[in-house]
Amino acid sequence: MTDYNCSLAELIINACAEAWRDDGELMATGIGPLPRLGASLAKVSFNPHLQLTDGENHYADAPVPPGKRHADPVYEGYANYDRVFSALWGGRRHSMVSPVQLDQFGQANISTIGDRAAPKVAMLGARGFPGNSIYHPNSFFIPNHSTRSFVPGEVDFVCMAGYNPERYLNGKPPKGLDLRIIVSDLCVMDFNGPDKAIRVVSLHPGVSFDHVQENTGFELSKASDTLPLTPAPSEAHMALLETLDPNNVRGSVLKDNPPAVRD
Amino acid sequence: MSTEPSDDFSKVETPSEIISRLKDGMTIGIGGWATRRKPMALVREILKSDLKDLTLVSYGGPDVGLLCAAGKVKKLIFAFVSLDQYPLDPHFRAARQSGQIEVWELDEGMVHWGLRAAAMDLPFLPTRIGIGTDIINQPGFKFIDSPYEDGETFVAMPAIKLDAALIHAHRSDAKGNILTLSPDPFFDELFARAAPDTYVSVEKIVPTAELDMEANARFAIVERARITAITETPYGAHPTSAAPDYHLDLKHIKSYVESAATPDAWEAYKSTYLSGTQADYVDAVGGVDAIDAIAKPVY
Repeated sequence: MTDYNCSLAELIINACAEAWRDDGELMATGIGPLPRLGASLAKVSFNPHLQLTDGENHYADAPVPPGKRHADPVYEGYANYDRVFSALWGGRRHSMVSPVQLDQFGQANISTIGDRAAPKVAMLGARGFPGNSIYHPNSFFIPNHSTRSFVPGEVDFVCMAGYNPERYLNGKPPKGLDLRIIVSDLCVMDFNGPDKAIRVVSLHPGVSFDHVQENTGFELSKASDTLPLTPAPSEAHMALLETLDPNNVRGSVLKDNPPAVRD
Repeated sequence: MSTEPSDDFSKVETPSEIISRLKDGMTIGIGGWATRRKPMALVREILKSDLKDLTLVSYGGPDVGLLCAAGKVKKLIFAFVSLDQYPLDPHFRAARQSGQIEVWELDEGMVHWGLRAAAMDLPFLPTRIGIGTDIINQPGFKFIDSPYEDGETFVAMPAIKLDAALIHAHRSDAKGNILTLSPDPFFDELFARAAPDTYVSVEKIVPTAELDMEANARFAIVERARITAITETPYGAHPTSAAPDYHLDLKHIKSYVESAATPDAWEAYKSTYLSGTQADYVDAVGGVDAIDAIAKPVY
């Protein structure tokens, strides 16, 4: 494992970037620093056609580093909310988001935990998740892989549609539902198991499948009998990350900024 | 009777005159988005009034939190309440978690679509949004099949009809021609069109010619026939932003968040910031120069 001369955050960014590799020209939205840097890395390495915003209301010609600005961005387009809705309803967007709960169907929750009338925890509200989930591809980043984030049964309040036949209208999956990958702090997963079941594709160094399964509230399948390790970022990608994140925001996302290789 | 053209009518009122037009139980739409360009001076005026049992429609920020904390809200129609840098508004959370308010939780685009239906005087607009989620398991939704060959089943998003809309803009004349100069107008136009009466707080009222409409027409989000009254409230969006005039006051947002910690903290916040006029408020938050000096936040 001598190749893993990187932090876990950098391994995750590199894995997140893969979500957008084959997307061609569309709006790539990574919510939170690691998905955002993943989209940025995808754009400056293997998919230059991606359109990224400055996190507010313009598309930027080059990825805008998170945190303090060292230069004014060069803008290439307009991304006010009305325009973003119009764009996403046309399908040319791929988001990566971090819901509080995710279930075996890929259904996601950012609204409430517990009773709806007087919830134990009231969070943001569904935001744009319901529409996003059925109009364009979505991927996920879950920073704390546990049975609290990957819940048994269904999430408490389904904000994003998933591959759950019980909720289909007229027996058909929602048109446009297209869940892609899940990157967690333990592994990378996709939805290419039997009947769109979630399966583990690769394990982060030092993590076993059993450990992932123990920390997941539903049964996982494997993409292959012997799961590969999640690839380390290349030297070129590591150099690009220095440019994409000069403030080292990526070093402050995960507690104590652990190395990619666990003890 | 004068034979001169009557071009000098005025819709200018005080904030209290505007809020006195509202009635208990009304459905009020509030423009802006989270921490951006909220008509906070008008919201603070509601806090000083006896208004109660309001239904709010909002892309929610501290407008929703303050009105919840003051017990003005019966029902909230929303997709989120967020303070952006502080993702969760503690006043909203307290009201929501205690069951003090009813909610009709929507997707952001459904709020847009419901306002647009109301603006077009349609009972509903079809959408796929909500399918496969718990949103459509809430009361208030019906479905409709496409009458065309596809036969697809859609959510019939009902019109969100407002009794009044409150929005904040940068400039206007006395007749209600408004300019919204910020980089994103959000859905203020739809709020204005979904309501029989729209009330606008503006940074500055100027003579019509100074609006320079030939250059600025793209910032005129709605025609004045939809505007019932205008009030001049400099820094009236504070602590939210009214860029380019001024930016989000994160320091004040922190005070706002901390005011939810205890009943005493909330009483202190109210007496410091919510008891006087808009001019008193601007002084209490540090004055004009301090607000002007706030740097643009990065996202």
